[in-house]
Amino acid sequence: MNLTTTQSGEIQVITVNEARIDASVAIQFKDAMRSISDEGTSRILLDLSQVDFIDSSGLGAIVAAMKHIGSARKMDLSGLTPNVDKVFRLTRMDTIFGIHPSIEHAVAQSAG
Amino acid sequence: MTIEPKLHPPIEVSFAADETAARGAILKIMQALNARAISPDESGRVELVMAEVINNVVEHAYAGKLQGQITIRCTHRPGALDVQITDQGRPFPDIQLPDGVCASVDTDFDDLPEGGFGWFLIFQLTEGVQYTRDQDTNKLDIKFDLAQGAPPDQTA
Repeated sequence: MNLTTTQSGEIQVITVNEARIDASVAIQFKDAMRSISDEGTSRILLDLSQVDFIDSSGLGAIVAAMKHIGSARKMDLSGLTPNVDKVFRLTRMDTIFGIHPSIEHAVAQSAG
Repeated sequence: MTIEPKLHPPIEVSFAADETAARGAILKIMQALNARAISPDESGRVELVMAEVINNVVEHAYAGKLQGQITIRCTHRPGALDVQITDQGRPFPDIQLPDGVCASVDTDFDDLPEGGFGWFLIFQLTEGVQYTRDQDTNKLDIKFDLAQGAPPDQTA
């Protein structure tokens, strides 16, 4: 599970360098998110622009990652591709996460 | 004399009931389906439903068993795709499908669900799901309506 992180102003951008977050990698995703997010304290933007498939296990893993980070520290999502966006909308998880079209949009919004 | 257009042949894949083999099988089937004129939206739908059903077989039907096989067979009919998934795992409780109510997001932050979406997604994205238990085999017959329909196989 390849995640990379950069700091953009006050936002920690975590990029998922994978095409799929599914049952076969859900646990690795959760573990990798713990390691990479535990190092910081700022709000997080999870960049999913390379992910073109998630199943319900992948969705659950993203929710678990957000819960682990905790309610005091916001985690938003960006770059949802159509199939991934559909899973969030059908399950109404799009009402739980802040969702941005791009990293630039999220950063601009937080600066304004 | 009318010549019946020949539809694409069925696609059939059998694989071991583990998550890695499942991922490979789904990718193989989607490669074959995507080579036929199926829209990106329909492709996404079919792939997600197959993944959810197979995850269910691996996690529940074969839970605790050392090994088992899953077979997926996809058949195109005009305007529809029939997907049959069979396995030799344990049956559904009460030999019937779950009700597929989606896990609720109207909860406190710490109680947000991390599962309980699978069957909801399956029912939402398909036009029919039927379950039969035939001796020691589970059979799930799933129907997708395809807006464009399957074009005839011109190469045959």
